[in-house]
Amino acid sequence: MSGGTRLENANPIIFQRSGERLLTATDEDENVHDPIDDREIFDIIRTINDPEHPLSLEELNVVEQVRVKVNDAESTVDVEFTPTIPHCSMATLIGLSIKVKLLRCLPNRFKIDVHITPGTHASEEAVNKQLADKERVAAALENSSLLEVVNQCLSSRGH
Amino acid sequence: MEVLSLVQRVSAHPDSRCWFVSWNPAGTLLASCGGDKAIRIWAREGDSWICKGTLEDGHQRTVRKVAWSPCGNYLASASFDATTCIWKKKNDGFESLTVLEGHENEVKCVAWASSGNLLATCSRDKSVWVWEVDEEDDYECVTVINSHTQDVKHIVWHPNQELLASASYDNNICIYKEEDDDWECCATLKGHTSTVWSLCFDAAGKRLASCSDDCTVKIWKEYSSENTQGKGLCSPDSSWKCVCTLSGYHGRTVYHVDWCSLTGALATACGDDAVRVFKEENTSDPDQPVFFLAAQVTKAHSQDVNCVAWNPKEAGLLASCSDDGEIAIWQLH
Repeated sequence: MSGGTRLENANPIIFQRSGERLLTATDEDENVHDPIDDREIFDIIRTINDPEHPLSLEELNVVEQVRVKVNDAESTVDVEFTPTIPHCSMATLIGLSIKVKLLRCLPNRFKIDVHITPGTHASEEAVNKQLADKERVAAALENSSLLEVVNQCLSSRGH
Repeated sequence: MEVLSLVQRVSAHPDSRCWFVSWNPAGTLLASCGGDKAIRIWAREGDSWICKGTLEDGHQRTVRKVAWSPCGNYLASASFDATTCIWKKKNDGFESLTVLEGHENEVKCVAWASSGNLLATCSRDKSVWVWEVDEEDDYECVTVINSHTQDVKHIVWHPNQELLASASYDNNICIYKEEDDDWECCATLKGHTSTVWSLCFDAAGKRLASCSDDCTVKIWKEYSSENTQGKGLCSPDSSWKCVCTLSGYHGRTVYHVDWCSLTGALATACGDDAVRVFKEENTSDPDQPVFFLAAQVTKAHSQDVNCVAWNPKEAGLLASCSDDGEIAIWQLH
């Protein structure tokens, strides 16, 4: 998608990437139950590519660790993402990419909710409703051209 | 409290979703469909339910719903590939009879009228189509109705009248009937605050249950003003009112609801992995019915439950299916 004719947001603010997660002794101890935490979820989604810029969602501050809520015991994950501009037409695609990445990476027991940070997008309600509708998401992922665009967002760019 | 005990669990659509299950009218066969583009037919042999056949090659994409004709000799399947297939039972198996085309995109549901002469389909293209079936097994679209402003998720026919109800992503329910050779929407039921996923009439067809992404189930009752009695349902002076809302029971989207025509028990399939059964208080006022939770299995499946279906002949026998690809058969007692 980069190299398109005109970018909606030509000069986004770029944020610094977080460092690698520091492993503790219990993290490496196979005998200790290691619940999935916010940082782990954030690590899964922060490297997703923005559909427009050669930057990650973390670098554009679209995703932040404070907007990730995981409850391992109840198997729920809640992610808020913040489009860079309130009329961003890519919001649904970004949300779909986050959802697909989490669906692919997390155990099936998790209920994954992805929505827009309240008050940051003009079509917030419509985008949230679409992302929450698993029938629409399933149908979208059977559309090969859309799936290809999602896979581009999820491909590794060798950060 | 009653108990739903597990009779059997089978992996019906492995590595995929099982979207829907449907019993044939005799209650001897269960059809399932899923994300693997297949339809499977299940029957009881001895104590267990086994797969008697797989209908593949009918659809290019997910098979979202299946429906048996009232005579039990035909099966209709609705798919994300924008088509509806009609299958005819032959000897031991099924053969593809015809493919109904016309919807612009995903067909979400298909349903036969009780006469067997009418079929309805609905789609993400926001329309509901009614098809007429003749003796030569020819299907002709008689109307395209555009009463919803968004995807139409589910359609059901009245149990003994030519009255059709639809549920939509636009949060509303529409009721249609034929008027002067044309089908029209005669009532719009508003009350849910998010997508209405499914609907079911009770055995008499006087009430309708609906379930939604707003995590509630609503019971609607038809009222006709006194001087119009005898005009039948959905006359100009009739109206549907919500007489009961079941809230606080479901933790996530309620995907399907099924009203048992034998016992009056109402089962729900929920995104919180649970199967629940509600029953009506015997003494409750018909204008303000009270339903109570009669049984529930909180971890009925390891993922979202998409559908629940009461066996039409064996009271208390319930089938459910899930995103985990499994079918479970339960007995309420």
